[in-house]
Amino acid sequence: MSEETITLDVTRYRPGQDTEPRTESFSVPYRKDWVVLDALNHIKDRVDGSLTYRWSCRMGVCGSCGMMVNGVPKLTCSAFLRDYHPGPIRVEPLANFPVIRDLVVALDDFMEKLRRVKPWLIRETEKPISEGEYRQSPAQLEAFKQFSMCINCMLCYAACPVYGLAPAFVGPAAIALAHRYNMDSRDEGYKFREPVLNESVGVWDCTFVGECSVVCPKHVDPAAAIQRSKVSGAKDWAMSMLMPWGGKK
Amino acid sequence: MSADLAYSHDVLIIGGGGAGLRAAIAAAETSDRLSIAVLSKVYPMRSHTVSAEGGSAAVMRDNDSLDTHAKDTIFGSDFLADQDVVEAFVKEAPGQMIQIEHWGCPWSRDPDGRVSVRAFGGMTVNRTLYAADKTGFHMLHALFQTSLKYDRIVRYDEWFATSLLVEDGKVSGMVALNLQDGTVHAITAKAVIICAGGGGRVFPFTTNAAIKTGDGMALAYRAGAPLKDMEFVQYHPTGLPGTGILITEASRGEGGHLKNKDGYRYLQDYALGPPTDKPVNRKMELGPRDILSRCHMQEHQKGRTFEGPYGHYVHLDLRHLGQKLIDKNLPFVRELAKNYVGIDPVYEPIPVRPVVHYMMGGISTDITGKTPLEGLYAAGECACVSINGANRLGSNSLTELLVFGTRAGQAAARYALERPAVKSNPVAGLVSDERRRLDTQFLSADGRERIADIREEMQRAMEAGAGIYRDRAGMEATCKTLRELRERFANIGLKDRDAVFNTEVIAAMELDAMLDVAEAVANSALLREESRGSHTRTDFPKRDDTRFLKHSLAFRTAAAPRIDYLPVTITRWAPEERKY
Repeated sequence: MSEETITLDVTRYRPGQDTEPRTESFSVPYRKDWVVLDALNHIKDRVDGSLTYRWSCRMGVCGSCGMMVNGVPKLTCSAFLRDYHPGPIRVEPLANFPVIRDLVVALDDFMEKLRRVKPWLIRETEKPISEGEYRQSPAQLEAFKQFSMCINCMLCYAACPVYGLAPAFVGPAAIALAHRYNMDSRDEGYKFREPVLNESVGVWDCTFVGECSVVCPKHVDPAAAIQRSKVSGAKDWAMSMLMPWGGKK
Repeated sequence: MSADLAYSHDVLIIGGGGAGLRAAIAAAETSDRLSIAVLSKVYPMRSHTVSAEGGSAAVMRDNDSLDTHAKDTIFGSDFLADQDVVEAFVKEAPGQMIQIEHWGCPWSRDPDGRVSVRAFGGMTVNRTLYAADKTGFHMLHALFQTSLKYDRIVRYDEWFATSLLVEDGKVSGMVALNLQDGTVHAITAKAVIICAGGGGRVFPFTTNAAIKTGDGMALAYRAGAPLKDMEFVQYHPTGLPGTGILITEASRGEGGHLKNKDGYRYLQDYALGPPTDKPVNRKMELGPRDILSRCHMQEHQKGRTFEGPYGHYVHLDLRHLGQKLIDKNLPFVRELAKNYVGIDPVYEPIPVRPVVHYMMGGISTDITGKTPLEGLYAAGECACVSINGANRLGSNSLTELLVFGTRAGQAAARYALERPAVKSNPVAGLVSDERRRLDTQFLSADGRERIADIREEMQRAMEAGAGIYRDRAGMEATCKTLRELRERFANIGLKDRDAVFNTEVIAAMELDAMLDVAEAVANSALLREESRGSHTRTDFPKRDDTRFLKHSLAFRTAAAPRIDYLPVTITRWAPEERKY
């Protein structure tokens, strides 16, 4: 009985042992309902237990399993082998990130940037719990909902040409999340986030290639968030010229 | 070795999901003098809370009452919940919902701006708050992002806790492996809270993420804490065949229908009728999960289910809801069905079958989240504070994370404020012992057994003997197999010898934990000679309050677990027959 197979060309890299990454080819059973992650799990369980990658929910919501598949950033739990048939399929670590080992990249830079944009609700005065929820209309929810869908999978950073050249760039996901809070009717923290977004490596560095929005698996559209943050930033700049004593909202 | 002693905190939390983050924030707000750490084998936003879909229950409206929520929960638990705990739970639930709203959770809204509520299984009143059908995702990210405000919460991302440090009978921290560089450290703490999630991965077919391997339960169990009510494992009636991906109960709360291969709404044959066009609370598709999962199996025995490449299934039909409602309230269901089974629920019914979803049991705690082991607390799915009893109602678990995460965080913080600093001398010895154990048992393991083989055999044994229907012979066989697998586990061989990000060692430690959890489940189940909630014995088909209105407690021994019992707390609701 011969089962159809497909080849995965997987990047391997062991720090301290390999001077540079190398490619190892694995032949795995070709199954139409398998995703690239299933193929990696097959290799790890049956062929080579040292293959190193992250995964968890296998349903496209935890954001762990982002990798480059044939050169494009993808969640490997949602990338079906059948879409790459007959192969071979090239699986590499996410571009633009330092590699820890094999397909695992370092996220420290994003985690630091995320904290810097203050992705939490900021109020001048907090309403006591006893007074109930903040009222928010469905339309007010709609204004930011899309930008709250980010799963921090880092595909947008892997696709972003600016981040690739200028790693200090705050980047698509963090800007989208800052924008998410800025657009939330309950939030009053715009003035605290705006300096981060408008700094030299904030929104202005984006050349609006829009690759981030193309690869986003959750349709967050970070490019739109960056563009709208630029408009807000420009408005603030104009207002500060007109009303230097303060006219910011 | 002295560098190891640099890691020291007041409150140390294992797990960065909903319960862990809520506990961290609660501890931080208890006192600004406390140093708090969250340690997790994954980045917090990868935690399995992220996969919860349908919603979070609390009494928010005038047509509802705390007593109704309590009664529904207790009834759903088949009277095994501790009623004092349930009363505290329903009372604190609304405040927690408002608190997380104030932290930015994007709840779905009514036209007047109030948070919306939807119907859920086993609930008398619509009381399930939701953020479309990504409620867990939004709650987790709101908690995680809010936790970033607190400088006194530090994180150990991608660290794996390998054992608890116990000094003079008190938990004083843990030993943990830093995945990113392979170093092993002692992290001391005055109080430890385990919020590490359940262990659905002991079964082959589950909604649970890969990380749900019961590590936190096993840590406590090995340190001497008992695991309570482990025999109660919830099957969710609607998972996708093959992958086990969850299709939320909210799809039935919104009005979806379950149909057999004849297109017939079969639940009406199981005392859940009459079928109506509009959903009626607690009837038909809004029955509780344990009963709906059994109905599926009985339909299958009658030959009225479909057969597919991944076994039997039925149809979840949402077509009559229309695209507008599906896109507004169930967009993730549509996305998942399209991606993973190639079905657009706007036009076609979704194939579904029962799938392991949740463990009602866990580390035994009191109403504050404290375990019998001094200095150790637990909350969330890994814990059993006893609000879920023998069957959890859908949408109570997200609320449970908040209520009991907060309680455990506060209790641990208060305890830490009173306790003197942990002495460091014994710790240095313990960590070098642990390092040696990890080296011999895992890093240089060169036996002949493959971890994937043992894992798969364990999963098959659990499904065979500890699934939806159980009997003595099947469970005895499962217990025996698990003992043999435990022996074979001592002879594993690993290929990966690298220190940096060694996921094969992690997989082996996860399997080690799963074997403990699986044995606790199977042995607790074997001794419970009755049917209650999710635990259904074909050889003991009736509930037996005379012998078994009590919690089981599994204690780890060198052989099979020792099972003991604990009374159930009844306050105002005397046990009665559970009929919907």
